[in-house]
Amino acid sequence: MNYALIALGITLIFAIMGVLNFAHGQMYVLGGFVTYYVYGVFGLNYFVALAASAVTVACVGLVFERFLFRRVLRITTREESTMLLAAGTALLLDSLGLALFGEKQRGVAPVVAGVYEIFGAFVPASRALIFVLAGGLVGALLLFIQYTRPGRALRAIAQDKETAALQGVDIDRYSALGFALGAALAGLAGGLLVTVFAVNAGAGTPISIKAFIMIMIGGAGVVSGAILGAFVLGFSEALGYFFIPGSTTYLMILVGLIVFLIFRPQGIMGKPWG
Amino acid sequence: MRLRVAAALVGLALYLVVVPFVFRESRYLLGILTTASVLSLISLGVWLTFAIGRINIGQAAFALVGGYTTAILSVKLGVSFWLCLPASGLAAALVGAVIGWPILRLKGVYFAMITLTLSEAARLAALNGGTITQGATGILNIPLPGEVTFAGVVLVPAFRALNVHLAFYYLAAILLVLGLFTVTRIASCRLGWIFRSLRQDEALAASIGVNVAKYRVLAFALGCFFAGIAGAFFTVSQQSIYPSSFGVPDSVYFMLYCFLGGLSYVSGPVVGAFVLFLGFELLHGLREYQMLTYAAIMITMMLWLPNGLLSLRLPARPGMKADA
Repeated sequence: MNYALIALGITLIFAIMGVLNFAHGQMYVLGGFVTYYVYGVFGLNYFVALAASAVTVACVGLVFERFLFRRVLRITTREESTMLLAAGTALLLDSLGLALFGEKQRGVAPVVAGVYEIFGAFVPASRALIFVLAGGLVGALLLFIQYTRPGRALRAIAQDKETAALQGVDIDRYSALGFALGAALAGLAGGLLVTVFAVNAGAGTPISIKAFIMIMIGGAGVVSGAILGAFVLGFSEALGYFFIPGSTTYLMILVGLIVFLIFRPQGIMGKPWG
Repeated sequence: MRLRVAAALVGLALYLVVVPFVFRESRYLLGILTTASVLSLISLGVWLTFAIGRINIGQAAFALVGGYTTAILSVKLGVSFWLCLPASGLAAALVGAVIGWPILRLKGVYFAMITLTLSEAARLAALNGGTITQGATGILNIPLPGEVTFAGVVLVPAFRALNVHLAFYYLAAILLVLGLFTVTRIASCRLGWIFRSLRQDEALAASIGVNVAKYRVLAFALGCFFAGIAGAFFTVSQQSIYPSSFGVPDSVYFMLYCFLGGLSYVSGPVVGAFVLFLGFELLHGLREYQMLTYAAIMITMMLWLPNGLLSLRLPARPGMKADA
């Protein structure tokens, strides 16, 4: 479910801006650190911390979109330039994280104590809480995109930018919204997962790679595909680590992915392209 | 034209004669220049893949392939470095061709993403290679290049007997000059035009009789060859290789060098690699803020020079412009 949050964020940005956000993992890490400080160090309420994570990272996303991506999208002749810029911002956030937060692994205490027993399996209550929260957020996001006016505008931009502009959609405004929203999702995912896995400043790149894998499985730029991809990756990870411990699992997943893409290059839900 | 050749010759003389002579005792500077040269070589490979319109972020994977080929051949089988070097290039090119055949069907960001995962996959493969790659411990104590004799004449003396840093500098410089020359030739001959036609529109290229699948694999394999050679070089100059010797960040750097140097020019990746790598080393004094400053500079460059450093003054020559 948390993977779904990450994948949804990156898909949103990709669909609306056509930007492959390399810095997604770094935004996730940033979100994790904000929660760590607000909840773990200052001892405020966990939900306040989560909100703080989302807002902080959304602001970062907003600033990036407003001052960097928009300019490059306007002046460049190549679509690849934005990818490069994203890689640059990833580098910036990575080093910023290292300078600000140090190299230590940071974790926080579980939000709620206790263990539930579900069908004979023991599930820590904090994990259950996170699962429910993540599920709720994904659901809320889907409803937002499907049924609200800004959500409709976002979908329109994703389908066809020019046509959307002709229908009177304010592209600049909604691009900013989409980018901020995607970034906020990364921040939320970071804030949620910091209670289970600790974060450290170098964790960004692996998360970005996971996000890429998920959207490749599901099909880039498709919301349902992102969720599906997240589930496929999550389950194959869990099963893989159960049967073959160690990093061989990931190797197998990557090889599997490459073979899968040979047969279906556009992912499960993606539209074929010319 | 004559002016251009003269300028190239002066540059070559500076690079091969003056610089090594002036800095022959300065290990640190020579080391940096050597590394920059080899990084340029790898980036040239990325440029070749870009010439057919694909963004390759998997170059680290092929550098690893090359590096491990050299390490295994020279440590376990005692093969001379001078045979290992071409063997590494060929191994990387072969792997590149096999993997490239299917994945080159992908385009744009999809290709970029899959090559990125390739970098990660190569690292994991090396980590789980058992006794062949020796997992996380890596392969150590790789011998320095030995001497080459032909008919009793010593062509290349053993590196042990020389100023090692200077020897490696020359090796790197010669490799880079050869690489740059090859790519320049490719860009200006028929092959270069075919690559550019693929970059613009593959369907159109196919309709005028270009064997699209063959040429894109060729370009990719050539790029991988460069990575393999460079990987072998790093392995020998550092006398060790680990699964983490080349990773995803390195792949991203190679791509950045290419783009920031200027994609429209053959020498773009070389300029990019030298300027950025030397710039990074110059910022050494900033310590923990080194990366931060560096990243900020990079972003600024992308904002103001989206077409690369070389777009600053050189007018694009018609034959060289990748997206003419």
